[in-house]
Amino acid sequence: MADLGKKVVDGLYGLRDWVDDRFPLMQNWNEHLAKYYAPKNFNFWYYFGGFALLVFAIQILTGIWLTMNYKPSAEEAFASVEYIMRDVNWGWLIRYMHSTGASAFFVVIYLHMFRALLYGSYKKPRELLWLSGMGLYLVLMGEAFFGYLLPWGQMSYWGAQVIISLFGALPIVGEQLSLWIRGDFVVSDVTLNRFFSLHVIAFPLLIFGLIGAHILALHEVGSNNPDGVEIKKNKNAEGIPVDGIPFHPYYTVKDIFGATVFLIFFFGVVFFMPEMNGYFLEHANFIPADPLKTPEHIAPVWYFTPFYAILRAVPDQLGGVIAMGLSTTIFLVLPWLDRSPVKSTRYRGRNFKCALVLFVISFLTLGWLGMQPVTPLFTWMARFFSLVYFAFFLLMPFYTAIDNDKTVPDRVKN
Amino acid sequence: MDNSNVDKSRRRFLTAAATVVGGAGAAAGAVPFIATMTPSAKTKAIGAPVEVDISKLKPGERMIEKWQGKPVWILRRTKEMLADIAAQDGAVSDPKSESSAQPEYAKNEYRAREDEFLVVIGICTHLGCSPSFVLKDSDNTPADNWKGGFFCPCHGSRFDLAGRVFKGVPAPTNLVIPPYKFITPSRLVIGDDSEAV
Amino acid sequence: MLGHKRVHQAAFTLLMLVSATASAAGGAHLLHMDVDLGNEASLQRGAKTFVNYCLSCHSASYMRYNRMGKDLGISDDVLKANFMFGTDKVGDTMTVSMDSEDSLKFFGVSPPDLSVIARARGADWLYSYFKTFYLDENRPFGVNNLTFKDVGMPHVLWELQGVQRLAHVESEDGAHHTPTYADLELITPGTQTEKEYDQTIRDLVNFMVYLGEPIKLKRGKIGVWVLLYLFVFMIIAYMLKKEYWRDVH
Repeated sequence: MADLGKKVVDGLYGLRDWVDDRFPLMQNWNEHLAKYYAPKNFNFWYYFGGFALLVFAIQILTGIWLTMNYKPSAEEAFASVEYIMRDVNWGWLIRYMHSTGASAFFVVIYLHMFRALLYGSYKKPRELLWLSGMGLYLVLMGEAFFGYLLPWGQMSYWGAQVIISLFGALPIVGEQLSLWIRGDFVVSDVTLNRFFSLHVIAFPLLIFGLIGAHILALHEVGSNNPDGVEIKKNKNAEGIPVDGIPFHPYYTVKDIFGATVFLIFFFGVVFFMPEMNGYFLEHANFIPADPLKTPEHIAPVWYFTPFYAILRAVPDQLGGVIAMGLSTTIFLVLPWLDRSPVKSTRYRGRNFKCALVLFVISFLTLGWLGMQPVTPLFTWMARFFSLVYFAFFLLMPFYTAIDNDKTVPDRVKN
Repeated sequence: MDNSNVDKSRRRFLTAAATVVGGAGAAAGAVPFIATMTPSAKTKAIGAPVEVDISKLKPGERMIEKWQGKPVWILRRTKEMLADIAAQDGAVSDPKSESSAQPEYAKNEYRAREDEFLVVIGICTHLGCSPSFVLKDSDNTPADNWKGGFFCPCHGSRFDLAGRVFKGVPAPTNLVIPPYKFITPSRLVIGDDSEAV
Repeated sequence: MLGHKRVHQAAFTLLMLVSATASAAGGAHLLHMDVDLGNEASLQRGAKTFVNYCLSCHSASYMRYNRMGKDLGISDDVLKANFMFGTDKVGDTMTVSMDSEDSLKFFGVSPPDLSVIARARGADWLYSYFKTFYLDENRPFGVNNLTFKDVGMPHVLWELQGVQRLAHVESEDGAHHTPTYADLELITPGTQTEKEYDQTIRDLVNFMVYLGEPIKLKRGKIGVWVLLYLFVFMIIAYMLKKEYWRDVH
């Protein structure tokens, strides 16, 4: 038995060497895992990038399986989703994993982005890392938007109608542009069919490519950490960062543990509250799309609501659309707005700390307001918090330049 | 970094435990994905047993029904046809249907519940084409001394009027007989042979 | 503010009357019922009410009879004898027995499919809806509904519940106030007592919640096993992580 075991192991090593002579297997393994040195002081916030990758895998897998039974036509779409939920063996599980995965994706991405704000991970030399991440976020919003039309319920239909009409507000080209996106005078079978194509082929490919770029950029510059210290500046005789540890095995085992905890929450939702009280699956979406009748209260899915609140806060149609567009894209210039030499909030002054707290409060409040019906009070609240939201970015060059930052240590703290 | 005082056996044990338990979980997780590709409730409902009225079927005629999406032939055999079948026992490769698929009640000389009616799935046991029905006195018989039967145009397999495969053709076994039963002398159900009517 | 107070008063009265809590979701107060999918007898009774009263005009075209039979412990023979009127194939879905053109002529709209109505409306809404029909001569079928204003459907269960009317909508000063559930009063009793009718409706809503998502009966049970497994794996993963991280100082 022992002999056989040894033979099998030797055989596997032999196979590895055979492949390695023809393909840079070990080189990549070392570069990205076994000899990729990550700071040893990653904390809780550093789990979310890995979670996002996990959710992406879940979405791709469940998406492939859903596509086996989903019918992208106005006549059949709604029924085919119910067919998946009832007639297809285990179809309900795959569908709930996909619908929960959509929301989970945004949960982990928002937390991942917050981590970047908290520890200044967007700052030099990580500008491209940040930009590729923002690209991912914007593409992900498109992916989610296209996907939301597919169940062809009332919310799918009217949500798409409203969002596409936003483009109609643009001067001169607007009308033609929204017509071009829909391919019809209203959202219709034609729109559904093209959204299906974009949702299952084009955007997943884009996301896949951008994830690759994001990870390559990360491994080029190296990970930031909660202290915002560049560990590459402090290497030992062998050229290994003294505050670094190999990603594999240390962070692989840590991320396996983290992923399991994440999955407990994920499957907790999937099995016990897949509708999440109407936040993940909206009640009105269980009524088939009716082009002649808008539901009384329409709100986008929760992950779009902060921007929706900003849209509604501006009294002018075009102004609202521009404000909403800016609110999602202004993150792109963040690396150049921040003038502080310090990355991590741990060593930042009071200005940035206060600004970040206010920003988070305004983001969350706007998200809540975006789900509420319009009332005068809520409109004024939305205006106030929209101002705070934009002030965080626009005033950043000033308040970060004069902040009373602390001294950053040379080495990471344990 | 310091791995001088590593308890290697504990580390190896935990790695093995995580691999085994994680692998079991992954395998269990694969089950729904594999199971979801089996026929759905709708497919099964469409493939439910079908009732066929055979009162209008004349002797020597064949009708085609669809069950589970497959062609099912019902052939009303004449006395002459039955005699031709019996005469060809030597020419077919599995005359007693020993190695062919059929319900117990059709494992007999004429491969049927009632000698007169052949109920058979019209799909060649070679590679799934549907053979054509060629009568004895047709213009184009697939073989010399043809006494009527079925001929598969894809790869030339031949079957007699009981669906038995002839020797020297690629099809390995006789045509498959589906489960069926008569509910009246002129009505039959294909796909269901349970006793309770 | 006054309106607000009235709503609260009405809710309180209601609480006393039917010993149900009123939820304030969406601004409308609905009667509350606890859904109990574990009660198979209730689901069976609800299914019976559903096929007898609802299915003649409404379809539930995503639901198969044999799936319902399997889930609710009803044999194929009982299904065929007592639950199926339009078809004899147990694998069929619950399509409507009424011609859709006839129903369009009769009701002016085609009655919606009810497969997922409980997921769209919620159990409390359905429960309230079935209990709040009242006489209204201005409507085509002579009835209106407090939960679904100007509904295009007659009160199909009136024989069971009896007839309700709206009392004292007009107050002393002649002003109308918005009618609430507390204003309903039974003027002609039905074949069932108030308590029996309440049970009939609870069974029906129970069934419709099941109808909206048949897997709801099982997914929680599967979920327990999945989470148990994940907890076990989490412990192993944690020990493994701890073991490796002893290297890191």
